[in-house]
Amino acid sequence: MLYDILRSKVIIAYTLFLFLITFSLFQLEADPGKAMLSVLNIVLIVVPLVSMVFSTIHYFNSYEFIELMLSQPVSRDKVIISEYAGTALSLSAAYLVGVGVPVCLYNFNATGISVILGGCILSIIFCSLAFLASVKSRDKARGIGAALLLWFYFALIYDGLILIILFTFSDYPLEKLTLVLSSLNPVDLARIFIMLNMDVSALMGYTGATYKDFFGSGTGTIYTFAVMLLWIIVPLLLATRSFRRKDL
Amino acid sequence: MKLMAPVICLLLFTPAFGKIIPVGANEAVKKIGQAVQAAASGDTILIKKGVYYVENVIISKPVTLLGENRPVLHGSDKYEIFTISGTGVTVKGIHFTNSGYSSANDYAAITIIDASNFVIEDNILTQTFFGIHVANSHHFTIKGNRLVGKTKSEQTSGNGIHLWKCSNAVIENNNSSGHRDGIYFEFVTNSLIKENVSHNNIRYGLHFMFSNDDVYSKNTFEANGAGVAVMFSKRVTMNENIFENNWGPSAYGILLKEITDSKINGSKFYRNTVAIYMEGANRIEISNNTFRENGWASKVQASCSDNNFHHNNFLSNTFDIATNGSLVLNKFSDNYWDKYEGYDINRDGIGDVPYHPVSMYSMLIEQNPNSLLLLRSFIITLLDKAEKAIPSLTPETLRDDKPRMRQLAI
Repeated sequence: MLYDILRSKVIIAYTLFLFLITFSLFQLEADPGKAMLSVLNIVLIVVPLVSMVFSTIHYFNSYEFIELMLSQPVSRDKVIISEYAGTALSLSAAYLVGVGVPVCLYNFNATGISVILGGCILSIIFCSLAFLASVKSRDKARGIGAALLLWFYFALIYDGLILIILFTFSDYPLEKLTLVLSSLNPVDLARIFIMLNMDVSALMGYTGATYKDFFGSGTGTIYTFAVMLLWIIVPLLLATRSFRRKDL
Repeated sequence: MKLMAPVICLLLFTPAFGKIIPVGANEAVKKIGQAVQAAASGDTILIKKGVYYVENVIISKPVTLLGENRPVLHGSDKYEIFTISGTGVTVKGIHFTNSGYSSANDYAAITIIDASNFVIEDNILTQTFFGIHVANSHHFTIKGNRLVGKTKSEQTSGNGIHLWKCSNAVIENNNSSGHRDGIYFEFVTNSLIKENVSHNNIRYGLHFMFSNDDVYSKNTFEANGAGVAVMFSKRVTMNENIFENNWGPSAYGILLKEITDSKINGSKFYRNTVAIYMEGANRIEISNNTFRENGWASKVQASCSDNNFHHNNFLSNTFDIATNGSLVLNKFSDNYWDKYEGYDINRDGIGDVPYHPVSMYSMLIEQNPNSLLLLRSFIITLLDKAEKAIPSLTPETLRDDKPRMRQLAI
């Protein structure tokens, strides 16, 4: 399964795309710190999008294969989980090669490591969200539509909502609330995790200190990873449950 | 004539040929206090190696106190060690330690009051409340000393080098750490602060108030609780200083408050939360500085006017300039901004479209600090781009009309 996906043209193209972009960013910018900023944008926008769309398309393309597998004496859980594992692993492998290698070459420090780690986890999270969306949808078109909507929501709309809340309730102390709100979006969580290494000076400003104290501490790091793990497991569990009962 | 020659010689060499009074466990004079009492003007008191418990020796005649192999003068955590007044005192090569603490008085290892023409050189001061405390003194030098305070809270620690109501002082090549303020100036005029290092102090590396016509250059201020504050002063020249790693909720490279007609030239600001914070600052020339990896390179409040930022490099700062109003009375020109995206058709090295250093997001943060959490998110990038196309929130007149295309060689 994994080998098949790795051989697929799309994954190879995705790897090459990531590699070329990251590599040329480091070549173009004299200052690796500035290049890392652009890499961060790729991680936060492109990686979730590609993970979502690729996983959905892959799920529906291997639909017949899944049906064939299910006619054999294998449990449904096993089929969907192995399907998921193959996709998630190949996506994160593509990311590790595409972004990880240039980053390691040009900017191997705390920021670099956090970018690699953050992007890798985002690939896996959005893969599992995509599986949930596909299992719940009836056909390919609806599946891709749902995946795109989810991506749009997490990458853009959610932050817009936070901004609206911050300005509407600006008379109230919102530090705790923003902390909670930001952990409800994996993209925000990854962004903050990376930013703590990248923009330390600005984050130390007087409100930033609250966030830095929380996310920068040991408990904060554990919390971040725990929430990200939940973002991987919960959609996957929901997807398997729904797949179990699904009339294929 | 035959008589005159020896007389002239005698006159010339008298100060240098003053008596030398050795002090030490094996000498005739065992205590520094006795030696000072016995000494006449121009004498040298040579303190031999050893530990001396000292209860505030008062020195009010022109003598030189010289440490041999760095003797230790111990204040028993109760007393001041030296109090100096009068003219022409030199203190050199001594280790002062454990001076007293008082919440009512400014106890210092070396207190200097109503003095002039003295030199404090090459001493080490450790475990002190105030290090060197100078009041109402003129024409003196404090040079090459190393001061380490007892780091406690802001309320219970003193300043490293504390000058109050002084003039014509030279503070050179000292290293001050672990105090409330590394170097403190209040009502000090016509003085020079040069090549000092002030680091890891609880509050300010350099605290500067009501002090006019001073120069500080080539100093390094690093990792202090709140950086450097220059307040209520006129005509201060700040040259080639290094401000770095001043991080924290209210930490600044330099905090400028109510300061006029001054200059900040050739300095390096590296990794500060806010490199320069200006409030009520007028007619300040900020040129040939490098701002790198700061949270905010400069926060210029709307209460500032006629300040001129020119020929500076702004590199990898999270925000270049932030302000809190739409009124702009300051000038920006010929700076290099790494975020500039313009073009240069006539190839004269100057960008053809003006650069607006204030981003929409930095205005948002001024209004609602919690939105800092959205830094680098996609929606903020979009909003910034939209604002660049159609400015609405950012002050339109705050711009650099001649942004450089290449980094300036500074």
